[in-house]
Amino acid sequence: MPIATSPSGQKVWQRRTRNQSMIRWAAWLVGTAIFLWCWGQISEATTWFFVWDAPAIAGDILERATPPRWSYMEKLWWPIWDTLNIATLGTIGALFLAVPVAFLAARNTTPSARFVRPIALLIIVATRSINSLIWALLLIAIIGPGVFAGVIAIAIRSIGFCAKLLYEAIEEIDRTQVEAVTATGASPLQVMAYGIVPQILPAFAGIAVFRWDINIRESTVLGLVGAGGIGLQLQASLNVLAWPQVSLILLVILFAVVVSEWVSAKVRGAII
Amino acid sequence: MSAALDARLGQPWRKPPLIKRAWLRWSLAVGAVIYLALAIASIEVNWSRVWEGLDRGAAFIMSFARPDFVSRWGDIWDGMLESVIMTVAASVVGILISIPIGLGAARNIAPLPVYVICRGIVAISRALQEVIVAILLVAIFGFGPLAGFLTLSFATIGFLSKLLAEDIESMDRVQAEAIRATGSSWMQWINYGVQPQVMPRLIGLSMYRLDINFRESAILGLVGAGGIGATLNTAFDRYEFDTAAAILLIIIGTVMALEYLSGIIRAKVQ
Repeated sequence: MPIATSPSGQKVWQRRTRNQSMIRWAAWLVGTAIFLWCWGQISEATTWFFVWDAPAIAGDILERATPPRWSYMEKLWWPIWDTLNIATLGTIGALFLAVPVAFLAARNTTPSARFVRPIALLIIVATRSINSLIWALLLIAIIGPGVFAGVIAIAIRSIGFCAKLLYEAIEEIDRTQVEAVTATGASPLQVMAYGIVPQILPAFAGIAVFRWDINIRESTVLGLVGAGGIGLQLQASLNVLAWPQVSLILLVILFAVVVSEWVSAKVRGAII
Repeated sequence: MSAALDARLGQPWRKPPLIKRAWLRWSLAVGAVIYLALAIASIEVNWSRVWEGLDRGAAFIMSFARPDFVSRWGDIWDGMLESVIMTVAASVVGILISIPIGLGAARNIAPLPVYVICRGIVAISRALQEVIVAILLVAIFGFGPLAGFLTLSFATIGFLSKLLAEDIESMDRVQAEAIRATGSSWMQWINYGVQPQVMPRLIGLSMYRLDINFRESAILGLVGAGGIGATLNTAFDRYEFDTAAAILLIIIGTVMALEYLSGIIRAKVQ
C-alpha cells in the first residue's frame, strides 16, 4: 500500500504511489490539452455573433412553431404509413440477409474459420459503421428517390447489427443439445433445425423487435435525403419555414418513437 | 399414464407450435400476411429507373476497388478533421455532464425530486434523434461544427446517463455502506464507495459512445452541422463515386480502429 510520510514523521495512507500519480497527472494534462485544442478549432469555425443571438432566435422559432397546425395532420397519414412500411419491410429484409451472415460468422457453425469468417465479419462491420442516411444517399443516387430506396437502406444498415447479435447468440448455444440431435443420426440440416435453431429463436425474435424499434426512429428521418416517409414532409416544411407544420411533425415523430419503444419492450417481455 | 402412452405409441413426433392458442396463431399469421401484402403493394417501384441505376450501382461497387483519395484530398482531410474534433469535444463534454445526471438518475442514491428531473432529461435526450436535434440547433446557432458539437453532447448525455444510472442501481450496497460507516462525507462516499464499482463499465461505455459519436458525426454534415457528411453528400450529388468510396473506406477504417482500441481498453480495465 502506498504510504507518504508527513513532515512530522507520521505515516499517512495514500491512494496511489508517486509514479502512478505522476503518470495520471501527465495523462490528464495531455487529455485536457487535446480537448482545449479541439474546442479552439470549433470556436474558430463558429460565428459567435449568431450564438449570442441564439436565445432570441430560439424564442422566436418557438413562438412561430406554437401552436402546431393540427389540420396538416391529414397530409401526414400516408407518410406515416410509408415510414412504418420502411421500418418493417427493411427489418424483414435485413433478417433474411443477416441469418446466413450470422451462421457464417459464428465460430461453431462457420464452414471455414480462416476464409469465410473474416468476410462475414467484414460485412458486419461495413454495414454497421455506415449510417442509414448515408446508405439512403447512395441508393438514391443509384435507384432514384422513393420509399424503395429507404427500405433497402434500412435493410442494409440493419444487417450488421442483427448479424452481430445473432452470431454471438449462436456462439453461446449449448453444445450438448446439438450433440444429442447429431447422435440420433440427424442430417446436418436436421441438426440445424432441431439442435441450433430452437436455442437461438428467442434471441432472434428479441433482436428482430429491438431492431424494428431502432428502424422506426431511423426511417422517420430518411426522408430528409429523399428516401420517403415522414422525413420528406419535414424537409418540405423546413424549406418553406412552416414552423407550425414542423412542430406537428416533430410531435408525430416523438409519438411514433415512444409507441414503438413501448411495443418492442412489451413484445420482448412476452418472448423472453 | 400407460393409456396415454399407448395412444402415443406408433405416432410420429410433431414439433410443438410456438404459440399454443390456435386462434391467436392463425389470426397473427393472417394479419401479418395482409399487412405485408398491403405494405408491399403501397411501395411504388420504378423498375425501369432501377434497371438504369444498376449500371451506376455496379460503377459504385467497382469504385471501391480504386477509391480516389487524391483529387479531393483537401476537402476529405478538412471534413475528417472537423468530424474528429467534434467527436472528441462532444464526447468529453457529454461524459462530464452525464456523470452528475447519471448519479441523479440512480434511484438508490438520489432523492425522488432529483431522480424525476434527471430521468426526464434522459428521456428527452433519448427520444429526440440526432439528426432532428441537429436541424433545430443549426436553425438556432447557424451552420458549423458548434451545432454538431452540441447535438452530439446532447445525445451522449441520454445514452451514458441511462446506462450509468442502471449500473449504479445494480451495484453492491455493502461496499458503499462500509464507506458510509467510516463517517465519510457525501463526496467521499461517491468517490470511494460507488465510483470504483462503476468505473470499468463507465470507461467501456465512454469508449463505445466515442465510437457512436464518430459514426453520427459523419451524417451531421448532411444538415449543415459540420463534419465529413457535407463532403460525402457533395460527392454523391456529383456522382463522384470514387471519392465517395474513399470517404466511406476512411469512415469504416476509423470505426474499425476505434472498435479495436476500445476492445483493448475495455479488456484492460475490466
